[in-house]
Amino acid sequence: MAKLIFELSAAGHRAVTFPSTSCQDVDFKAFEAQSLPDLPEIAEIDLVRHYIGLSKMAHGVDTGFYPLGSCTMKYNPKLNEDVASLEGFAKTHPYQPAWSVQGNLKAMRHLQDALSEVCGMDEFTLQPAAGAHGEFTGMLIIAAYHRTNNDTKRTKVIVPDAAHGTNPASAVMAGFDVVTVKSDANGGVDFEALKTLVDDTTAALMLTNPNTLGLFDPNIKAIADLVHDAGGLLYYDGANLNAIMGLSRPGDMGFDVVHLNLHKTFSTPHGGGGPGSGPVGVKKFLTPFLPKGSYLREHPESLSFAPSQSIGRMRSFHGNFLTTMRALTYILFNGKGLTEVSKVAILNANYMMHHLSDIFTVAYPQICMHEFVLTLEKEKDKYQVSAKDLSKAMLDFNMHPPTMYFPQIVHEALMIEPNETESKSTLDEAIALFKMLYQRMIEDPSYLQNAPYTTPVKRVDDVLAARVPIVKYQKESK
Amino acid sequence: MGTYIPHTKEDQALMLTSIAQTWDSLLSTIPDNVRLKRELNLPDGLSEFEVFQIMKNYASQNVVFNTILRGAGAYDHYIPSVVKHLSAREEFVTAYTPYQSELSQGILQSIFEFQSMMASLTGMDAANASVYDGATAAAEAISMSYERGRRTVLLSHALHPETIEVIKTYVQELDVTIKMIELHDGQTSVDSLKSHLDETVCAVLVQHPNYFGILEDVSSIRESITDSKVKFIVSVNPMTLGRLANPGSYGADIVVGEAQPFGLNLAFGGPYLGFMCTTDKYVRRLPGRIVGQTLDSEGQRAFTLTLQAREQHIRREKATSSICSNQAHCALTAAMYLSSIGPVGLKEVATQCASKAHTFARKLEKIGYKVTYPHEFFHEFVTTTPVSTSLIESTLAKHGVLSGLILDDNHMLWCVSETTGDQKLDDIVTILAEVNHG
Repeated sequence: MAKLIFELSAAGHRAVTFPSTSCQDVDFKAFEAQSLPDLPEIAEIDLVRHYIGLSKMAHGVDTGFYPLGSCTMKYNPKLNEDVASLEGFAKTHPYQPAWSVQGNLKAMRHLQDALSEVCGMDEFTLQPAAGAHGEFTGMLIIAAYHRTNNDTKRTKVIVPDAAHGTNPASAVMAGFDVVTVKSDANGGVDFEALKTLVDDTTAALMLTNPNTLGLFDPNIKAIADLVHDAGGLLYYDGANLNAIMGLSRPGDMGFDVVHLNLHKTFSTPHGGGGPGSGPVGVKKFLTPFLPKGSYLREHPESLSFAPSQSIGRMRSFHGNFLTTMRALTYILFNGKGLTEVSKVAILNANYMMHHLSDIFTVAYPQICMHEFVLTLEKEKDKYQVSAKDLSKAMLDFNMHPPTMYFPQIVHEALMIEPNETESKSTLDEAIALFKMLYQRMIEDPSYLQNAPYTTPVKRVDDVLAARVPIVKYQKESK
Repeated sequence: MGTYIPHTKEDQALMLTSIAQTWDSLLSTIPDNVRLKRELNLPDGLSEFEVFQIMKNYASQNVVFNTILRGAGAYDHYIPSVVKHLSAREEFVTAYTPYQSELSQGILQSIFEFQSMMASLTGMDAANASVYDGATAAAEAISMSYERGRRTVLLSHALHPETIEVIKTYVQELDVTIKMIELHDGQTSVDSLKSHLDETVCAVLVQHPNYFGILEDVSSIRESITDSKVKFIVSVNPMTLGRLANPGSYGADIVVGEAQPFGLNLAFGGPYLGFMCTTDKYVRRLPGRIVGQTLDSEGQRAFTLTLQAREQHIRREKATSSICSNQAHCALTAAMYLSSIGPVGLKEVATQCASKAHTFARKLEKIGYKVTYPHEFFHEFVTTTPVSTSLIESTLAKHGVLSGLILDDNHMLWCVSETTGDQKLDDIVTILAEVNHG
């Protein structure tokens, strides 16, 4: 393990200095700090080596295959980064007068229009900072809409059992009660069950389509009609939009509100956990509810416009602006070719699924969209090898494992999303690796149970971490 | 037309054949009644060169000011080259959330180091791995503070206005009461605070230094909160902690803020870096990711995402926050920035900001500006202006200077940082003196 940066610290070391000033110091008296904070003192060369060392203990899309289901870990184009570092974008203050940021405003408008076309929506706000933030935004919009109609008994949001955990959490933040609808035998929303749940207390149905099993719901139109006929709205979780660009649009399916994850579908890098960007799109009748500070078509002069029934501001300023510029770059580059992106994402997923299905059990065996889910339930019983064990074994082969144990309706789940930027040979190598590890499981389960072997640390004790939390550096912890 | 798809058409045909499918059969699971039966109404794709020209053209339609005297939540500081280069390392940039700890020790350790730095800076026991920005950090802190029968929060009127707006947005559908603490001469009134404190209050939130740059009387505020069920939440610009006593030293329970000053570009407002710190007592109420230290199977030190029972992917509708993606790369950048300047450098940056701001304020006073409020300030201050603020803004803009923020016709909120040289400040005062004389 690498040393902590605090353990490299030596008094008097320092990388960066500042020009001097002759301005007189201020005495803050009782407000003055009594001591310096415990920050590392380190020379520039040692600082560089520390972080390069850490970077070697990280795995990005640039390092190797990353088929993490529902996360769309596609290639992050270098062009995006060049655009985001342009001074005209990077050095503008969020409170500059509008006349001095016309380029930013035009680019935001461009992106909002392009996203509207891809999704079949009428307007977008770029303010939400991430997918879950977009969900919360959308739920607040739906709450405000029903209240405006004096439709106050709509207290329930219906969420499928296969949904991302953020969905129910976001609905609750907006004051709703969550009702779970189960999936049917084919992995779609159980339409009969849904019928019994939808009534005049339904505020909305939140849906990911294709869902987290990678399946396009065959009843989507009927589902939308059912909810709309009962007076509810439809919310689209855009986590899986990479499957349908140019093939089908949430707005045409009947969704009233969508959020996108620009850090998934639109190729912006995920940075080890963020920043993302979660623009929210709405149909025209919901534009009066958009967040304050959204940049709206009708008000091209104003950066702080509050629509008539706005839910208010979701965060400060104008969203994760540089992230949105990366996404616009990606859209300009692909243009109409976004359709090809989704088609190849579907091809790659089906290719992997097909060539794994002779050995592995596919949870819902049918043509999938951009991802699919394996279950290792049988293998767990027979060899005591879990989805986690198989995943950990992959770490020794420069491949990030699939998403584990999700969706929760599939036991010992491995959710695989290859995405369109991977070549056939990469997919073939991954398929071969899966099969090799399967064979090892039969011959020697302990090999997988004790993996990984070549990573900087061996199997990490998560239970200990939670039982005895150490969440900051302590000098005696060496 | 550009593409990042590596397959040739021949590859694709081969793959289709090998799985016994056609394009039509692969797409057949999308029902006909929701198929898009036309091309997307977008232009054809472009070459990298063409795309870059378009984006450069947008960027060039913005004004990049060479001197920035505007803060108000977004601060212009020098970003060292080493920070720019290290943070651009592709392994950091292109990684996802570190779910697979054995493969992600570098990311996890960097977050652990960030948490440690923020905890030390604020004088708290723990920090999370980041939230979206300073305003949502404040809103999340409010969510941490509810107790049975206590859902009234007291907000200082001198919080950043957008922070107040975001908190109101966050709680609008919940059974929460917001009461505003009045100001006296730009500073939070302790008397007003005391008048609002009752057995329904769960949190008091002040910003220090506040929106107008003024130091709050944090000791008196702390002393007036005698009920242990009331959380004292402080929002800070963490750069000021190079000089100011940390919130732990004056009894804060939760410390939040915007860490954009630590190595992040102004970037028209984002991505920025919300941080949240607290005491051991409330660590299990923190939202978002937290990295913890543990051991691997061979007893070596290792890091992992921990205390996940708080989070949405485990608790679903019982989670108090839905946050999933955060601002991890911004946190990495901030930790690099703090490491590059160290404790002495941070003190120097903070000192320069404060001393330059005070010098500039004195010089403005000599040419007919009045510092509006009588209280001590850090590196932002409000002046009552001798001429209209819009004239000041437009005149300075002609000289490549972004003026202070216009609060109204004759009040301007200035901010000075280490990036403005002594001579430049003098030049600006000269320009402003000329404006006075028409």
